This record gives sequence, C-alpha cells and structure tokens, in this order.
Amino acid sequence: MSLLDVRALSVSFGAEEVVHSVSFRIAMGEKLALVGESGSGKTVTALSLLGLAQGARATGQALWAGPSDGAVADLLSMGDKQLQALRGQDIAMVFQEPMTALNPVFTIGEQIAEVLQLKMGLDRIQAWQGAIQLIADTGISEPERRAGSFPHQLSGGQRQRAMIAMALACKPRLLLADEPTTALDVTVRQQILDLLSDLQTRYGMAVLLITHDLNLVRRFADRVAVMERGTVVEQGGVQEVFDAPAHPYTRRLIASRPVRDIVPASTGRSVLTARELGVRYPVPRPGWRGWFSDGFFVALRDASFELTAGQTLGVVGESGSGKSTLALAALGLVRSGGTLEISGKRWGQGVQSDLAMRKELQVVFQDPFSSLSPRMTVLEIVGEGLVVHSPELPTAQRVLQVQAALAEVGLEESQFPGLLQRYPHQFSGGQRQRIAIARALIVKPALLVLDEPTSALDVTMAQQILRLLQGLQKSHGLSYLLITHDVEVVQAMAHRVIVMKDGEIVESGATETVFAAPTHEYTRALLAAAQ
Amino acid sequence: MCGWIRVSNLINPGPGRRAWLRFRRNRMGFFSLVAFCILVGLSLVAELLSNDRPVVVVYQGKTYWPMVRDYPETTFGGDFATPTDYLDPFIRQKLAEPGNWALFAPNAYGPKTLNYFARMPNPAPPGADNWLGTDDRGRDLLAQLIYGFRVSVLFALALTLTGVGLGVLTGAVQGFFGGKTDLAFQRFIEVWSAMPELYLLIIFSAVFAPSISLLLVLLSLFGWMGLSDYVRAEFLRNRQMDYVRAARALGVSNWKIITRHVLPNSLTPIVTFLPFRMSGAILALTSLDFLGLGVPPGTPSLGELLSQGKNNIDAWWISLSAFGILVVTLLLLTLMGDALRDALDPRKAHE
Repeated sequence: MSLLDVRALSVSFGAEEVVHSVSFRIAMGEKLALVGESGSGKTVTALSLLGLAQGARATGQALWAGPSDGAVADLLSMGDKQLQALRGQDIAMVFQEPMTALNPVFTIGEQIAEVLQLKMGLDRIQAWQGAIQLIADTGISEPERRAGSFPHQLSGGQRQRAMIAMALACKPRLLLADEPTTALDVTVRQQILDLLSDLQTRYGMAVLLITHDLNLVRRFADRVAVMERGTVVEQGGVQEVFDAPAHPYTRRLIASRPVRDIVPASTGRSVLTARELGVRYPVPRPGWRGWFSDGFFVALRDASFELTAGQTLGVVGESGSGKSTLALAALGLVRSGGTLEISGKRWGQGVQSDLAMRKELQVVFQDPFSSLSPRMTVLEIVGEGLVVHSPELPTAQRVLQVQAALAEVGLEESQFPGLLQRYPHQFSGGQRQRIAIARALIVKPALLVLDEPTSALDVTMAQQILRLLQGLQKSHGLSYLLITHDVEVVQAMAHRVIVMKDGEIVESGATETVFAAPTHEYTRALLAAAQ
Repeated sequence: MCGWIRVSNLINPGPGRRAWLRFRRNRMGFFSLVAFCILVGLSLVAELLSNDRPVVVVYQGKTYWPMVRDYPETTFGGDFATPTDYLDPFIRQKLAEPGNWALFAPNAYGPKTLNYFARMPNPAPPGADNWLGTDDRGRDLLAQLIYGFRVSVLFALALTLTGVGLGVLTGAVQGFFGGKTDLAFQRFIEVWSAMPELYLLIIFSAVFAPSISLLLVLLSLFGWMGLSDYVRAEFLRNRQMDYVRAARALGVSNWKIITRHVLPNSLTPIVTFLPFRMSGAILALTSLDFLGLGVPPGTPSLGELLSQGKNNIDAWWISLSAFGILVVTLLLLTLMGDALRDALDPRKAHE
C-alpha cells in the first residue's frame, strides 16, 4: 500500500506552469529519488506537497495514507491548519544548506527540544533528554556537550546531522530530503547518506530524496523518478533505470560522466614552478594579546609542484584544504612565502613586470553568476583584457578580437543576436562560464587557473564545458591548474594530480598512478566517495 | 530564464534600463517624478511667473525691458530718479495711457516686494490683489512660496550632491581598501558624528554673517556620514566578488576596478536614498529657518513663513499655504523614493 500517492500534480506560478501533471507513489518505508537538473521542478514539486511553495498554485491530488487503515486524505486540498499539524509530525524536511536552515541564535539542543515540546507535548526536561537521544542517534559524538552548541560551532556535516535529528524528532513517516549532501564535502556526503539509510530502516520511514547527483541515487534509493522541465520522463526501480534507461534524457544524464580526452602527458618547459609555497592569514588573537599582535592561520604550507606547458595539474581536496588559496597565490592575489615562478618570473618585481605576468596566466572562477559584473556588456567584459594589455588597439580591431574569442568558446552572433551588447543576466550558467573563459583567453595566456570551473553547473552543462576546455588545450597548448573537489573531473582532465588536506599536499604524482594505487588514507577516502 | 532570453533577442535592455522600466510601471512614483519636475521647472522660471517688474513695457513709442534693466522713475514721467516701482498707482496710470502698455507677470509681486498700496492691514487675507494674501510685512505670499520652494529645492539638491559626493568617496575608500584604512576612517566618523551639529550652527551663525553658502558648507560637513556607511558596506561586499578578482587577475588598476566594476554595482543604495535625502535636506533647511538659524533675513523661505504663521495664528493663510507646499513636496519625494526602492530591489530584478 502506498504512503503517498501523487496524481497529476501541476504547479504554476501566476500564469506560468512549472510542473506539468506529475504522478508518482511512495510506499511505506520506501526510498524514492527525484532526479533532475536545476530548474526541472523537483524542489517545487516536493515543497508544494506541504504547501510550502510560496505563491504557487497546485492542482491534482496527493493522497496521504493516514495512520489508521484506509483513511486517506488529499494533501493539496487540506487547510493550512491541518497541513501545519502534518508538517514535522508525519512529514519532515531536511534542507540543502543546514547553516541557513538552523536558527543561529539557539543551540541545536534547544531547537530540537522545541520541536519535541511543540509536537509531542513533552515537558522541558523530557524534551531536552529526547533531544540528546536524537543527537546521539545521528552519530554526533559527545551528544550532551554538542546539544549546547550553536550551529556555527559545528562542522557542516555535524550541522546536517543536527538537521536530520530535528526532522526525525517526531518519528515522521515520510522524510523529504532536498539535496541533503550537496553543500557538504565529498567524504562527509557518504557518512550522511549512510546515516540516512540507517535511520530509515531503524525508524521504518519513507524517504523522498531530491537530488541532481546520480551517484547518490544509485547508492541510496530503491526507486527513481527522473524529471525534465517539469515532467517526470521516466520512473522505476533504480537498477532497471540505470541498466536500461528508456528515455533519451535519462540516457543523457547517465552518460554525462566526464570523458578523458586529452593530449598525452609529456614533459616540456615549466610554466609554473612552486617551491615551499606558503600562505598565512592574520587572525585576531583572543584576549588582550590580540591588541598588540596578530595570530596567524596557515592556509597553505610548503607546497611544491611543477606544471609544464600544455599539461593539466589537478588539485583535489575538500573545502578548507587550501586549494583555493593555492590558486590565489599562483595568481599573485594573496601574499605568499616560498618561491613561485611563472615562466621563470616572480610576482612583485615591479608594476610593469607584474602586468606582463598577468598576460601569461588567467583565471576562471566557480560561480558564473558572481564572476561577471552584472552591469557590463559582454563586449566590455571580454574586451577588458585588451583595454589593459593592448590599449593601443583601435576599437574596431578590439571588437573583432572579442568576437573571435567568443567564437572560440562557442558563442556566435548567429545564435545570439546582439551578442556583444547583451548583459550577463541574459545567459544561462553554462553560457556565462563560456564568457568567463573567453575573457581569460583573449589575452592569449599560457596558463589558465580553473577554480572549480564546473561545480556550479548542471551535469550535462558541466560536460560541455569540460569538453570545451579539453579542446582549447589541444588547439592552443594551454596549461591548466585545475582546482576541484570532484575526483571524476580530475580523472578526466589532469595529467598530474596533487591531493590536499588541511593546507598540505598529502599526495602527488601522475593521475593514473595516484588513483590506481593511492598511498594516503585521505586519497582513498576521496576515491571511495566518488565511486 | 530561457523564456527571457528568447523574448529579449530583439530588445536588449541593460540593468539600468530595466530598473527604469520597472520605475515607469509604478504609476504613482512616475507621476510624482513628473509632477515634481514640473514644479521645479516652473520655480526655475519664477521671475517670469511672479515679479514686480513687467516683462516688457512700451512707453511713448519706446520699448523697455524692466526685468533685465533698471529704469529711473523719470523715464515713465515720475519725479525722482529712483528705480521705478511698477506697482505705484501713478506709474500704473501712466502705463495705461493710450499707446502705452506693459506685460506683467501673472503674479505681479517679487519675493521682496512690499505691497505699500494694500487695502487691508498686514497680514492681509487672500483677495484679488494678493491671491494667497500677504505675510506680516506685506509681502505677497504666493511669491514667497514660489521663491521659497525654489530656494529649498536648489539648496536640497546642492546638499544632496555634496553629501553623495563625499559619502561615495569616503565609503568607497573605506570599503575598497578595508583593513587599517577602514578602521581609521570608521573611528574618525565616530568622533565626527559625535559633534553637536546644532550648537556648531548656532556658534557659526553668531560669528559669521549668515548666508546660504555657509549653511551649505556646514550641513555638508555632517551630511555625508549616513551614505558613506551604506557605500562602504556595498564596497566591502562587492570587492570580494569573483568579477573583481578576475579584473585583478587581468591587471586592471585599482582606480579602474573601483569606477568600472565596484561602483556601478554599488549604486543601488545611493540612488534609492536620493529622494529621501532630498526631503531630509528640505526639512533640515525649513526647521533651521523656523528657528531663525537658517538663511539670512529677507531670503524667501518656507521655514520663515512657518514661524510667521506661528506668530500670527489668526492669519491662517500663511501657515496653511506654507504647510501645504511642504506636504506636497515631501509627499512627491517620498512617493518617488518608494517607487525607486521597488524598482531597484534586487529581489525584483529578475521579474
């Protein structure tokens, strides 16, 4: 018997329908995954079930099996009061970003106890005990001490555990998990998934997992529903769907793993050489001592590596491992110790020399939405490098070069009329990333620093960008310093790899060797999480 | 997003243009802007609307331009070589003789004209001579309002401009360079804002001859701090955006980064606050005038009219008309500000 039976659910905002007649069912104790790229309507579908999608109008039926046999209620026709009673009690939610979903001014113990008091009617002492028990259940060590911690005092993984503890407070029968691991590091993701699986069997609840990550689905769910542009294009058991995808979109999603298609590894002249590179940031010291001297936080310690012409050096690690600091140090945007040479030159040898070096290496950032100024046109954005480095170039010439650079990244006037005069908001994430690449390419650099170039993009879009980068490397002999947390991307792109943890390089070598026989424990954990 | 791109294939509005379109859609705000512009435009040509001198006089076959040149009374058959008082019944009579004519402004009084020939004691109630009556010195109230409005608006504009200029400059320097520069500037602002503004004004108005420019300088010295905080916060946020980093990586100079990258993206609070700063400045000038610390005596001013209204409580036309024009001005500015705030709201920027 099904716990939740959604029939022909359509959701519209104003005149625009974003979810078109979606149907799926979840049986008791079942794990269903709703997969799709951003904008496919998967989150809206889940939120509208609980009446949480603001300004949305939902039609159709969502039949919810009551606690007694045969009692069925339609979630979509329920009043606010009834839904409110249901939320948290029978259906609970876990959100993507635990930092914003938890209230920063209360301890996590207080927040969980509040739910228990409100929904279960426990008194304060019982509720506090219950909270500690729940925190212990979610595998946080020292639950009694942790219950008194504020959200900012916990790590990302612990926060997500606390969120799960809060969601499970009333032993719900259905848990909606909206991208529960996306904001977490790769190695932590696995732990959270294991926890969810474990709790799911222990509590006997059903889980609706909303995600874009197919690996997650494969490892976690029993059944999967694939969404594209507001419709469910395919659903079925995970095994069947993955083994024999029927719909072309599902096939595309499954096939969209990065493909290794790069120039063979070779040795050539060194483009980037770092020896005992270190970066430290001043942080205030506690107490009166902080008035007189700063303490230091070491973000990068004794990093030595070399990148040769036409090759890619992958830098893997989780957030806080110092890999982005390494990118900024290479770009000369933070002050660093040790030696760093770019084509034999160092930063800080005078304004003219620095400017000449900037022409040698360029950068592409992670978030295509914050890396393009929203108030500049494409021509201004891409042409800026020329204004700085070849100010003598006449305007007509500059426009031609900008057009050429854009054509190289696959943006043509014929596809986008008035391309040069457009503003960034008129492009999708992938197209923006192409513009960012064009901006870097226009000064004809020898080295590109790629700081998580595909992390903010949807899977299919990310593959296109990776293919574009591989092509550019082949045609221009570019070197890449590729910073990423995604092992698959490194495997597809890098000739050599360095693995970072806590500001130090723990392992380095040729990509195949490192991943075939990882020597460091952390590399193994990374690899295991990516399988 | 996809739909957007398809629609915007032909038209290509930038962020500024889209904000303007959103502003246009707010009818109340747009109407306020138009009405305010018309009022300011009219007050700028106040000399043509309310003047004790005629625009042009034809007297005994010769043409005179009294509005731009002084003519002695003897020109028009008077006895003394003093500047002509065109409201003098004798002169009026002369100008009305056959063959002579004069084109007066719609309201035949200037801001300082005393109506010596009033039929009622001052302050005179509204009537045919003075449409809105006169104040307690016999000056025409309508003329006072028109010129007082102009002084207020121009003063507010100047004060807003200097405030914005100083505020953006200091805020930008603090926010962009951060660190020690920021720290030092913030402490300076704290000390500076602790200075008692009103006492300084009283002291200065006792030491120096009061004048509008002195007032402008004094108020400007304290008027920039509020905006500076907002600009600083915007700069602190925007300077660590990736597009600024990308510009640094390209080797763009600090000055160019500030003017081309950070400033255009930090303009929202500045523009949003403009109307509110204007109305604040008008109120400040009015209240200083009311207290007698503002513009020098003799300058037409709304605050002085309010204080006259207080002193002559039975002359309702003084307080009521001054109050009315203030309400209309401030209301228009506030409505404009509301519409502007909505138009620039980043949450609505994608609609």
